[in-house]
Amino acid sequence: MIKKSTAHINQNEGLIFERSRPGKTGYCLTALDVPAVKPEELLDPSLLRDDDLAGLPEVSEPEVVRHFTRLSTWNYAIDLGMYPLGSCTMKYNPKLNERVARIPGFAYAHPYLPDEFAQGNLALLWELEQNLAEITGMAAVSLQPAAGAQGEYTGLMVIRALLEARGDARKIVLVPDSAHGTNPASAHMIGYKVLTLKSNAEGAVDMDGLKKVLSEHGPDVAALMLTNPSTLGLFEENIEEICRLVHDAGGLVYMDGANMNALVGITRPGDMGVDVLHLNLHKTFSTPHGGGGPGAGPICVVKELEPFLPFPRVIRDADETFRLEYNCPQSVGRVRAWFGNFSVLVRALCYIKTLGPTGLREATETAVLNANYIAHQLRDDYETAYPDGKPMHEVVLNDKKQAKFGVHTLDIAKRLIDYGFHPMTMYFPLIVHGAIMIEPTESEGREELDLFIDAMKSIAREAEENPELVKSAPHHTRIGRLDEATAARKPVLRWKPASNAAAGSSR
Amino acid sequence: MSVYPDNLHYTKDHEWIRVEGDTGTVGITHFAQEQLGDVVHVQLPRAGEKFDAHATFGEVESVKTFSELFTPVSGEIVAANDALADTPELVNSEPYGGGWMIKLKLGDPSEVDKLLSASEYEDYLESQKED
Repeated sequence: MIKKSTAHINQNEGLIFERSRPGKTGYCLTALDVPAVKPEELLDPSLLRDDDLAGLPEVSEPEVVRHFTRLSTWNYAIDLGMYPLGSCTMKYNPKLNERVARIPGFAYAHPYLPDEFAQGNLALLWELEQNLAEITGMAAVSLQPAAGAQGEYTGLMVIRALLEARGDARKIVLVPDSAHGTNPASAHMIGYKVLTLKSNAEGAVDMDGLKKVLSEHGPDVAALMLTNPSTLGLFEENIEEICRLVHDAGGLVYMDGANMNALVGITRPGDMGVDVLHLNLHKTFSTPHGGGGPGAGPICVVKELEPFLPFPRVIRDADETFRLEYNCPQSVGRVRAWFGNFSVLVRALCYIKTLGPTGLREATETAVLNANYIAHQLRDDYETAYPDGKPMHEVVLNDKKQAKFGVHTLDIAKRLIDYGFHPMTMYFPLIVHGAIMIEPTESEGREELDLFIDAMKSIAREAEENPELVKSAPHHTRIGRLDEATAARKPVLRWKPASNAAAGSSR
Repeated sequence: MSVYPDNLHYTKDHEWIRVEGDTGTVGITHFAQEQLGDVVHVQLPRAGEKFDAHATFGEVESVKTFSELFTPVSGEIVAANDALADTPELVNSEPYGGGWMIKLKLGDPSEVDKLLSASEYEDYLESQKED
């Protein structure tokens, strides 16, 4: 029985273009008090638009407002319920953060304000850098990267700059097969050759494999990129030994901080021997994620890498005033206009200051407890991908028990929508067949966790007793199972006047 | 009819090769396409590119995942299946027919002997199932 159900308003909504009728307007403007002139009589032809403006919809104001308001009710959000996307840390975004980010001195400051008029904002950036450095155990921080993947890219630029300064440019980056896809992508984009490290039976880095690769390619290895806890939600227990081996071979260790929500206040990457890591403020530090973004992917580095960080750097002088330092001769340069996504940085500092050291630690402990509670409650209903591992802040199950009845991970995810939850992460990490990855975060209380567990148990029962029900889910939504294959094979990315009829009839 | 034809050679990475003279046609097996689910994109090399055995020659992307494609043997690309650009679903519907991916001029025909036969490949799939 479905205990939790979010009302899916069944009012359908076409495209705004389909509402267009010639001559309809939102406003009646007063008559021009100067003679009308055609743009082409005033402007150089190169400045005139030649694309098809005729396609713009002609609609009234209430139609526009209702169209977008209706669409907004189709959304699922963390403000509506649990969002168990593993590896994404979809935690609640406290409203206090929003309030603080709207303080006019933060919200309306021009990025070119002279330093003396921007002391509060520079102090905020400096304070956030200090806090993140302390939390991660690193020496210095750059707040510029606008997202995790840009943090990875910037971190690798910094590593490359150091190696080149040493006169020891190297060619290879090692990436475990459980890594986020962005890790090998970032390394490849920056020009490194990527070598994949196989995981062992417990899902950790295979130490013999690492030693073998280092003995063959050691002098060419620029860095090892790893995520800790790994994307399997398991702590990399050999992390110190891994760092030592890579360092002995002359390489550096990059840590993807996407899973820092399992570590904050408990242990620090800097103490493990990591040289660079990025944080996802939109994951671990409660700033809006995804469509509510933008994100922020600061990088934290050891002392030796600090000279290579992007500029400008925020400096606190002896008289406790702040300034921006542009004279950074070894810097890799700017990676983002201005100083990163400033208002996101305000929210992150607000989160840190609201919780304080004990609160941050408690958040981590609760996130880990919640994931373990789900893992424990579902242990008889779903197979655990790595049964011997201790889950940290997320748990990875698979669909082996359900596959016997023809029900697969995709079907389970679709059925979860009927129970009023956003689906979990599916088919990732890639090394787990039929992966079901769940991360509840500390945001959820016992009641919401129990609703989720009930839903998952109910789906497991349905898979056995009535597999068709699960395979044809979702049933309680406006539209059912979409043809994802055709959508990916033959995407229609925008409305065009000529395709009006076709687009309108596809619903 | 077996889903693993006897006239093909197989790899543990789930590719097949059909040898005709000094050329081999390569694709992915029924098992591979089933595991991937609906294939939405196939990235293939151009004619003239040379590959070692077990080298990455392309990528296949499905609605749920993506996977690299490995050469069963060494050789030079003679042709790639351009039809897959518009109709990647052939990989699912005809893995051994219209869903073929590349034709290779064999670098060393003796490498083919090291590949699996249909029954050896089926035994391999069976052994993987057990754990």
